[in-house]
Amino acid sequence: MARPPANGHRDEPLGAAVLAAEPVADPGRQLLARLLRERRGQVLQAWVQRQLANGAYRSGRVSEAEVRSESTVLLAAMQAAMARGGGSGVAEDAELAALLGSMSADRARQGYTPSETAVAVFSLKDALVAVLDEAYADDLAVLADAVRAMNAIVDGMGLQTFEAYTAGREAVLKSQQLSLLELSTPVVKLWDGIVAVPLIGTLDSGRSQTVMENLLQAIVDTGSQIAIIDITGVPMVDTLVAQHLLKTAAATRLMGADCIISGIRPQIAQTMVHLGVELGTVVTKATLADAFKVALRRVGADLSAVAGR
Amino acid sequence: MDRIPILKLGDSLLVTIQVDITDRLAGRLQDDLMERIVATGARGVVIDISALDLVDSFMGRMLAGIADMSRILDAETVVVGMRPVVAITLVELGLTLPGVRTALSLEQGMATLDRVLAAARTGGDSGDADDLTDNPGN
Amino acid sequence: MPTTSPTTRATEPSALYPIRSDEDVIRFRHEARAAALAAGLRLIDQTKLVTAASELARNALVHGGGGQAEILPAASPGRTGVRLIVEDDGPGIGDIVQALTDGYTVGGGMGLGLPGTRRLVDVFELWSELGVGTCVTVEKWAS
Repeated sequence: MARPPANGHRDEPLGAAVLAAEPVADPGRQLLARLLRERRGQVLQAWVQRQLANGAYRSGRVSEAEVRSESTVLLAAMQAAMARGGGSGVAEDAELAALLGSMSADRARQGYTPSETAVAVFSLKDALVAVLDEAYADDLAVLADAVRAMNAIVDGMGLQTFEAYTAGREAVLKSQQLSLLELSTPVVKLWDGIVAVPLIGTLDSGRSQTVMENLLQAIVDTGSQIAIIDITGVPMVDTLVAQHLLKTAAATRLMGADCIISGIRPQIAQTMVHLGVELGTVVTKATLADAFKVALRRVGADLSAVAGR
Repeated sequence: MDRIPILKLGDSLLVTIQVDITDRLAGRLQDDLMERIVATGARGVVIDISALDLVDSFMGRMLAGIADMSRILDAETVVVGMRPVVAITLVELGLTLPGVRTALSLEQGMATLDRVLAAARTGGDSGDADDLTDNPGN
Repeated sequence: MPTTSPTTRATEPSALYPIRSDEDVIRFRHEARAAALAAGLRLIDQTKLVTAASELARNALVHGGGGQAEILPAASPGRTGVRLIVEDDGPGIGDIVQALTDGYTVGGGMGLGLPGTRRLVDVFELWSELGVGTCVTVEKWAS
């Protein structure tokens, strides 16, 4: 079979992951890792106590058992992430980040602010310092290194929960936006055989697509002969929008109905001419009322048996 | 299915396409249809494509071919039931189906044929009398 | 040429289909539809992909003297979707630039309708060499 000469690009796995680098040989981090290994129970206890005590967890919302179990898992993930090393910070380790992300989502669902969640993570620092102090009191230089490493890691973890929170909010906003889009481009039946879609606001590519699909489906569902697309409420029409309008009109006619575009303001008419947009055989009217009149005449002519106009 | 069935609908013939069309089937359909037009004196042909979830250039050419051939035999064709996603795709593809009249439904298709044939009888415009753009009132 | 049975299809990352007859084109269309559905493409995008598949397969059959087609997952980073590769050992395309320029429309019955097909998809790659053959790769993504 004919294939392009092998230059490798078709066979290479795209987005091949970069292999994790060797764990950073940072004495402070190594010390921290050792502490977590040797005194995990102690660190955990200290952390859980601080979380429960700092008032961030209002009574009733989260039980001690939940805090303990979540903290256990987080500590373990933190240790694993530290052991894996890798180029970026420990908090950006895929598994740890995912865990922090779901913690953030859970807490948000339970009504905690993102700050409260971050503070809960930051309280790990107090716990670690307390245990480090006790364990390595004799070697202040080493202790300083360990605290430095800890700061970098736990700060990153707290920030991660915040990032996850904002990302989550953005996702919610986007889905709300989409629902709004659906609601804001309703197809209205003006008369027997006539539907109209009054467009309002800016038309981006995605929205234009939705509008087109909704309109065509409405034409089929209602068996309407005429579809009026009113762009009075659209402030700007660029080449892309114009193209979408033309495609919609073309699709309408292909299906066996007809399309009128109304609400073309003088500025838009000028823009279209300057852009070289050719409306061809698509009928346009200045106002929705004019378009409706034309459509009525057209539909009325259908009802009588008279051929032609 | 060996051949696509052709039904009589008043003065017209109805073809409902429900399966994938091969070269062989398309050729058979065209042969059968032309034969039936002559045999029955049918003045109209309705092709129902509401069951098709896609129309490619091959199908487009077949439809255009049927319209052209029928016209030579003094029959008008209307294609009905094109699905929205098919229409959108055809526009994107750049397939305009020139010379192929369309309608939303079987009912509207029959009405269109009535109108077109009546116009032809009274010696008026036998082309697309429905075309908005031809309406001088605009 | 290896054939894939329905039971193994789901686990194989790619599947190969001969394009030697009308029936092969139809079968390829159905498989492309199944892949598009599985990849979560919206109906309009499924339709566009399957139509592109039909166009390309027909080209391979009619102009390329027959060929083969492959269905794979989309290869673009971060994208879910379907990748189709249709190739033939036919005469190849002489003037590729012209073939990809509008004006060589499909409706007129002439040409390969490539500009139109290209508009249906998100990725379009064409390779052709006179006397060797043609290979077209397309991708359609789930939005």
